[in-house]
Amino acid sequence: MTGRINKETLTALFRTMLRIRLFEDRVVSLYPDQEMKCPVHLCIGQEAIAAGVCIHLRKEDYIFSTHRSHGHCIAKGMGLRPLAAELYGRSNGCSRGRGGSMHLADPENGIPGTTAIVGGCIPIAVGAALSARMKKNGRIAVAFFGDGAAEEGTFHEGLNYASLRKLPVIFVCENNFYATNSPLKARQPEVNIADKAAGHGMPGVWGDGNDVMFVHDACKEAVERARAGGGPTLLEFRTYRWKGHVGPDSDIETGCRPAAEYEEWVRRCPVEMFGKRLMKEAVLSQGDIDRLTVSIGAEIDDAMEFARRSPFPQQSEMLDHVY
Amino acid sequence: MPWTKIQADDSRRPGIFSSGQGVREISYRDAIREALGQALDMDPDVFLIGEGIDDPGGVFGTTRGLSEVYGAERVMDSPIAENGMTGVAIGAAVTGMRPVLIHMRVDFLPLSMDQIINHAAKWSYMTGGRVKVPLTIRAIIGRGWGSAAQHSQSLQALFAHIPGLRVLMPASPYDAKGLLLGSIASDSPTVVIEHRWLYDQKEAVPEEAYIIHAGRGTIRREGTDVSIVASSYMVYEALRAASELEKRGMSAEVVDLRSVFPLDEELIVSSVRKTGRLIIADTGWRSCGISAEVAALAAEKALDSLKAPVKRICLPPAPTPASPALEQAYYPTFQQIVATAREMQ
Repeated sequence: MTGRINKETLTALFRTMLRIRLFEDRVVSLYPDQEMKCPVHLCIGQEAIAAGVCIHLRKEDYIFSTHRSHGHCIAKGMGLRPLAAELYGRSNGCSRGRGGSMHLADPENGIPGTTAIVGGCIPIAVGAALSARMKKNGRIAVAFFGDGAAEEGTFHEGLNYASLRKLPVIFVCENNFYATNSPLKARQPEVNIADKAAGHGMPGVWGDGNDVMFVHDACKEAVERARAGGGPTLLEFRTYRWKGHVGPDSDIETGCRPAAEYEEWVRRCPVEMFGKRLMKEAVLSQGDIDRLTVSIGAEIDDAMEFARRSPFPQQSEMLDHVY
Repeated sequence: MPWTKIQADDSRRPGIFSSGQGVREISYRDAIREALGQALDMDPDVFLIGEGIDDPGGVFGTTRGLSEVYGAERVMDSPIAENGMTGVAIGAAVTGMRPVLIHMRVDFLPLSMDQIINHAAKWSYMTGGRVKVPLTIRAIIGRGWGSAAQHSQSLQALFAHIPGLRVLMPASPYDAKGLLLGSIASDSPTVVIEHRWLYDQKEAVPEEAYIIHAGRGTIRREGTDVSIVASSYMVYEALRAASELEKRGMSAEVVDLRSVFPLDEELIVSSVRKTGRLIIADTGWRSCGISAEVAALAAEKALDSLKAPVKRICLPPAPTPASPALEQAYYPTFQQIVATAREMQ
């Protein structure tokens, strides 16, 4: 199954997924200290999408994302130090302590910013693709968003214009079936989100977002199409967030989502499934995975320690960066 | 960066060549078109986008002919999707372009409030200044001929409330060109609100490109008895009122805000301190509007020099009516300003 992809790529995919998982797990364990004084929207359970998409992107390609963007930024190349420092509100955070968890940016790594207004980043990614077209720099843009965004006008307005102009942009919908606590079936008719692509004259693909190989393959085709001037693609990856909408806690006990549904998705953990597959196919050994886990753990130790040691922004700098 | 080479007029004078001889006079409409053409010439990152900007009318003539010269890739028509297309313009701006997004009416901006307020205005701050949004949004106030409630609004106050935005309202051709070029040169999102009734105004406008920075008003007419602070079309009603008042022995100073956010506080306060009386004439509504902001400024910084309560000339608190009978009564005129000033004596 994975034999057509080289070992380096497979390892990189796994490593990215594991880095995201371990980073988010560490946020969960540190959050009760109340030193990260900002809302965190964790992506535990959704790691395969960030990894499977960003593996195809060049450093200078653009991604735009949402309030749930830690994974996307890690996969695109943001360092863990500036990410952690931003969660801790420090002056050397990726957004100099002005953004917090919901507004991460790293323009040098193709992350112009993330927005916490649902659907907000979709037309902005289209604009970045227009910019790439006008500058003829060969870049492409990716918009990450959730299933709720498919209900917003910006989704349809963005897809319409991207298709009209055949812009090099990929719309990546992480369908985790919930917008905060509202289930998808209470919000949308039973139409695949990917099928909305047809109405906008572009290809739409949906499938298992917990299977990183599926994500990898679907996105590869979309990236090739975008780079070749073939225009945009809508990808819908079905997945599940393990934690509540916001914060480090589970929302299953409070009755927000059915326990059986949650357990079914946890059984299909994207990181574990891929790890087992790589071991079964002798790409990685348990020892490799253990060593990877230790080295990533050390990197996260360093990032969190760096963040806690870093200075806060000066209150006298409150008005800096408004314009 | 071609924009740093352009001369800036920070003089606060109402036009540097306005008294020169043999100077070319052009209309407000042509001044805007000239500014856009020069921006397109100077900087390959500049592009224009908006509904119908490449049609024969060319947004009341302000973009006429530009698509033929610069091509559809730089002067582009747009879907009817104000919020989405504002997002597209923001996306282009945060990745190195300098888009000018053009709306035929200010009334279409409420459709794009999410992208303007939540995104354009916040992006620089949210990214700790690492990513700028050099975006210019042009929009036009309509008036008359039954334009009615949704084709004639003056919504400058909505935007002036938001940190991260700048809001400019040029009244003269000279300012229209300089403020628009200044906005395109700026790394921050700027809303430039024009007025349809100003497009035929003519005055001397330098042929070369020049910039007027946000936050600098100008004195249109000097006076000693009352300051009439106005913007956009109301500057002309204020000037007419000043002429009438002169005949009746009252000397009015007319302050043109040019920039409704940021305000030129120094200019306003010094005028009020000089005259001791303040009338504010705005194209918009009274409540929480620009007139309230200017009045508050006078209360905060020049209260001791006021010889009479501040007066405000604004629209009545109703949507714009269509019938000519009502429309005529809806818009304040110079006569109201004159009567108000005389009451303050």
